[in-house]
Amino acid sequence: MNISPEISPDQLGPVRRVTRRALFEKQTSLAALKQAFVMLRPDIQWKNPVMFVVEVGAVLTLIFILQMLWGHEKISVPITYYIALDIWLFITILFANFATALAEERGKAQADSLRQTRQDTIAYRLQDGKAKAVSSAILTRGDHVVVTAGQIIPGDGEIIEGVAYIDESAITGESAPVIREADGDRSGVTGGTTVLSDRIVVQITGSKGDSFLDRMIALVEGAIRQRSPNEIALTLVLSAFTLIFLIVVVPLWPMSYNAEQYMMGYLGVSEPIKSLGTNIPTLVALLVCLIPTTIGALLAAIGIAGMDRALQANILASSGKAVELAGDVDILLLDKTGTITIGNRNATQFLPVGKYSENDVGVMAAMASASDNTPEGKSILKLHSAQSEIGIKVPEKSTFIPFTAQTRMSGVDLPDGRQIRKGAPDVIMQFAKDHGGSIPKELDAIVETAASKGATPLLVADGNMIIGVVVLEDILKPHIHERFARLRKMGIRTVMITGDNPRTAAAIAALAGVDDFLAEATPVKKLEYIRKEQAEGKIVAMMGDGTNDAPALAQADVAVAMNAGTEAAKEAANMVDLDSDPTKLIEVVEIGKQLLITRGSLTTFSIANDVAKYFAIIPALFASTLPWLQPIDIMHLHSPTSAILSAVIFNALIIPALIPVALNGIRYQALGADALLRRNLLFWGLGGVILPFIGIKLIDMIMVSLNLVS
Amino acid sequence: MFIQTWLLPFALLATATLMAFPLSQYLAWVMDGQYQPLPVFGWVEKKINSGPQNWKQYSGSLLIFNSVLFIFGYLVLSLQPWLPLNPDAKTLLAPSAIFNTVASFMTNTDLQHYAGDQHFSNFSQIFFGITNLFISAAIGLSALTAIIRALRSDASMGNFFIDIWRVVVYLFVPVAFIFALIFLQQGSPMTYKSSYQVTTLEQGAMGTTDKGEAKPQTIVVGPVAAFEAMKMLGTNGGGFYGMNSAHPFENPTALSNFFNTLAMMIFPFALVLMYGRMLNQMRHSLVIFMVMLTLMACTVIWTVYFDTEKPNPALTSHLARLYQIPNPTAASGKMSLEIPAISGLPVDQHLGNLEGKEMRFGTSAGATFAALTTDVTCGAVNAEADSLNPIAALSPMVGMWLNCFFGGKGVGMINMLLFIIIGIFLAGMMVGRTPEYLGKKIGGREIKLAIIALLVHPFMILIPTGIFAATVWGMNAISNPAAHGFSQMLYQFSSASANNGSAFDGLGVTFGFYNNPNPAPEAVAWDIATGLVIMFSRFLPLIAPIAMAAFLGSKKSSPFGMGTLRVDTFTFAVLLLGTIIVIGALLFLPVAALGPIAEHLGPIPFGG
Repeated sequence: MNISPEISPDQLGPVRRVTRRALFEKQTSLAALKQAFVMLRPDIQWKNPVMFVVEVGAVLTLIFILQMLWGHEKISVPITYYIALDIWLFITILFANFATALAEERGKAQADSLRQTRQDTIAYRLQDGKAKAVSSAILTRGDHVVVTAGQIIPGDGEIIEGVAYIDESAITGESAPVIREADGDRSGVTGGTTVLSDRIVVQITGSKGDSFLDRMIALVEGAIRQRSPNEIALTLVLSAFTLIFLIVVVPLWPMSYNAEQYMMGYLGVSEPIKSLGTNIPTLVALLVCLIPTTIGALLAAIGIAGMDRALQANILASSGKAVELAGDVDILLLDKTGTITIGNRNATQFLPVGKYSENDVGVMAAMASASDNTPEGKSILKLHSAQSEIGIKVPEKSTFIPFTAQTRMSGVDLPDGRQIRKGAPDVIMQFAKDHGGSIPKELDAIVETAASKGATPLLVADGNMIIGVVVLEDILKPHIHERFARLRKMGIRTVMITGDNPRTAAAIAALAGVDDFLAEATPVKKLEYIRKEQAEGKIVAMMGDGTNDAPALAQADVAVAMNAGTEAAKEAANMVDLDSDPTKLIEVVEIGKQLLITRGSLTTFSIANDVAKYFAIIPALFASTLPWLQPIDIMHLHSPTSAILSAVIFNALIIPALIPVALNGIRYQALGADALLRRNLLFWGLGGVILPFIGIKLIDMIMVSLNLVS
Repeated sequence: MFIQTWLLPFALLATATLMAFPLSQYLAWVMDGQYQPLPVFGWVEKKINSGPQNWKQYSGSLLIFNSVLFIFGYLVLSLQPWLPLNPDAKTLLAPSAIFNTVASFMTNTDLQHYAGDQHFSNFSQIFFGITNLFISAAIGLSALTAIIRALRSDASMGNFFIDIWRVVVYLFVPVAFIFALIFLQQGSPMTYKSSYQVTTLEQGAMGTTDKGEAKPQTIVVGPVAAFEAMKMLGTNGGGFYGMNSAHPFENPTALSNFFNTLAMMIFPFALVLMYGRMLNQMRHSLVIFMVMLTLMACTVIWTVYFDTEKPNPALTSHLARLYQIPNPTAASGKMSLEIPAISGLPVDQHLGNLEGKEMRFGTSAGATFAALTTDVTCGAVNAEADSLNPIAALSPMVGMWLNCFFGGKGVGMINMLLFIIIGIFLAGMMVGRTPEYLGKKIGGREIKLAIIALLVHPFMILIPTGIFAATVWGMNAISNPAAHGFSQMLYQFSSASANNGSAFDGLGVTFGFYNNPNPAPEAVAWDIATGLVIMFSRFLPLIAPIAMAAFLGSKKSSPFGMGTLRVDTFTFAVLLLGTIIVIGALLFLPVAALGPIAEHLGPIPFGG
């Protein structure tokens, strides 16, 4: 078999299946635009309480205009003002609907590309030992299918027989084929991927319409959009702000009436003096300007875009809640192998003891490993052949002694009776003693030094003679130190899980820069560790692939299973990483945080915007009854009606202006909470206060220069 | 001049701040039950202790206790003519006034649509007045303690009755005793005697009888020193006399004025630090304290500056002004409103606005008091709030609108907690974590309760003000036209809803005795409306936070990390300040513009 199970060392930057789409593609934008009008239907609009209030206001204004046209209402302001006002109110709603629809359309486009991998294929189902061609659509859980080179795997499943190269580019976008084999932690296969070599038998684990991918598609399309707890709480806050402003705006009518009455009395006129303060459409405009329409319009889009981003990172999440929870992670459990270190340990040094030379150690170690297929064994051979030109020759009729968990050593029995062994120090020492040998004095020191550096020492013995030490070292992934530093800045503690002994683990942990480690980890130990941390209120994230990870994955709050992993692991997890990239959790955490930051910042921005609107609208409301309030209008707007129109137009235009922010998210930077808060508070909070002053004034100036207002 | 104006306010703020540190330690010690009661007190405590309570039981006890208090108060006032200690034969108050007064005193509001010296017998002053002064003040403090226990995830919220007992017996009684002695020494009366009849120096100063004899002056006395101490310490504010702390018996000297003012500040100040001590979050509570102190200092400086340093705008000269206003009867649809120039009255205003001030206390004492009394929801007055310069009067209103720096005992800190929750909810998201306070995640349910508690206040101010502004209820009651009249109504409802109790006097709200032939025309409407506002604004914002704290406390506590939003930093202080100011401005800027600001900017007769 010529398949080597080595992992490509560069798994840090996987190729994305979906490159970032342009924000406003023609096709999706048109579909979204159409959808925006459909969403005006009250029963749909109702789902967005803030925008529903705007819709009610817009309809009220429309009724008011119709009444004026029929002459029922006395007009004190040109009717064009009301018409312009109403048009802009409807535009506000349409902008909001467009934002939501655009996010949904983009999600749909994503889902479509996923769905293409789901097309029906021919499956060769095993029945009574014979392969029979059926449609993949009728496959059910537990069916066994045979897939040979060049065929498409008909459904999600697990290899139960064979090993093969598989092209997963349909799902992950990565062109390099991957190895999947039975009876290991890399037995999972996904429907839609292509087998490139060999023949495998796959046990189908998901029936049609119920696979992880199907659920993800539905999620992205918004078909089963459940709102996350945070989104629900935020919706409550937004509804409350809407209610608060209703409480503010409604009493303005009688209060303005009070001012009108007094002015009438003072002037001694009998005709009622009307101010904009008792004008329903103007009060509607004020209300619309004040309620948090900006975030209300973009909230749904932010949530959908978050799921979309997860998908772009090749993560299938079982729910939006899971992605969001990732932002709260306190502790990250990472497997040492494959995550912190590249693949397996490599032999890096032969250290002789006593009278032996370095070459002796190499020769003996290589002979002991000649038929050892473990990565360690192979690396010993590799090191030896790199150090000496003369290859080793194992005489015929030699017996190879394979590694077992009981003996913890392996080697070869030569025909001349020599027993060459390599293995853990204590075992080999015992082996030498048992054969009447002695232990060289300097051995302990050599073993000690190697172990304290995080390396694993293996002893090599020839019968009762200990020849030397093979040093196996872990090789850290490049830039892993920076990644952990970044996580620490995010406030996340990293914990390395390893089967190594505590001393080796400590050394590697220090080298890699993780905060803690769990040595000699067993499934039970992992589970206990997670439970202990959770009892302290921490949110634990874990990434795993093997079946023995399943209990821990099920216990962890955020559990990411690798797509290549076993079905048990995938079932236990709430996310699946299609790239099977162990460092992906960092991205998941960032996506989760980005979601919350975008929501929080836009809410703050939306509310901060209101301050300026007051300065524009209040003097306008009372221009005819309290003209001395004019100094409040620090923007020096042209007229009361232009002031109100400018505020409404600004309020509407800010929605499409922020759609890119909502869809792309506000970038998360690992600065620590305080610095991040200062930054966002300054930018979105203070910026939110200042920007509308400029925006409203600009709109007013433009309208005046175009002679649009009187 | 500078020292004379600013010494008093800053001395008060500094003294109260210094006293807050030791006092808060004592408060925490008492409320955590670490004392060893005297045998007799221990016996009482055992008797009244109904066991540990959860939030429903605690709130239930609170409501039942208040109902009993309401019935008791109603009985005392409605039986006044037949009860002892009533030598001056004070008769029955109007039923609506009794309702208003009972609601008002039970809730620590002490809005007074009556005058104590005219309408109350000493029996009512003692058994209705003093009783409520102690107990109503204890309720808010107890509620805060319960909330603290919930937030630190205690097994129970404590016991309501034990809390009331601790507050009254171990906190209020000793401190009130000390202050009463000070007031007594300064000249406040302390007697069961009801009144003195004295012959005035100027014959007939009090009018003459039908026979032409000069009437004697009636000087009302009573247990004033004891009343006064708890009136201020409990931030009650309901005066023994109608004139409240401006009356020479309630507040005889400049020194007594200092202690009068200080008394209403010490508990609200100390409670914030008690919050930190009991939660073991001292730095957090210091940040809150600084935020509160900053806002309070701003309101005090604002009031004093615009009232003591600035002249009355109405008496100041200004040029003629011309305003364009629409006139539907004119052909052009517009007319100009011309305000003639004023050359200025021959009034020396270098001491600021002296109208309605007690000069015994100094020029800035009235403005200082006005700002402080509204900031801590006391509601006592030592000067006429109605006479403050218009823009200066904005500050007392802001104090009542925001109601959280430092606010009433317990209640102010509870209101601040609501702002903290809302602020953290927004800011927590901005740092990319589910928002959490003291390690507890803030979810939908907590937010809902915080919002309910926060919504009641603006609702109870703005809606009734709107209704009264447009109807005869308001228009017939105001004593000034235009913006000032509006301010009077606005102030009245703000005061009722903030459980403050001060007022822009001049608003016709007094019915007086039931047989009063000339009651204020809309007194009944005002009695009922403000009475209802008082009750809604008291209990919902008290119980919703108790429930919120209980839900928060029952959550698992997450540990503090780098990604956690810190609540003990300068950044957090800025966030909190920003939240309070922005929310406050959004809620009340329109009415501020219609009232004080319009009055300040407008010419006579519209303002000035």
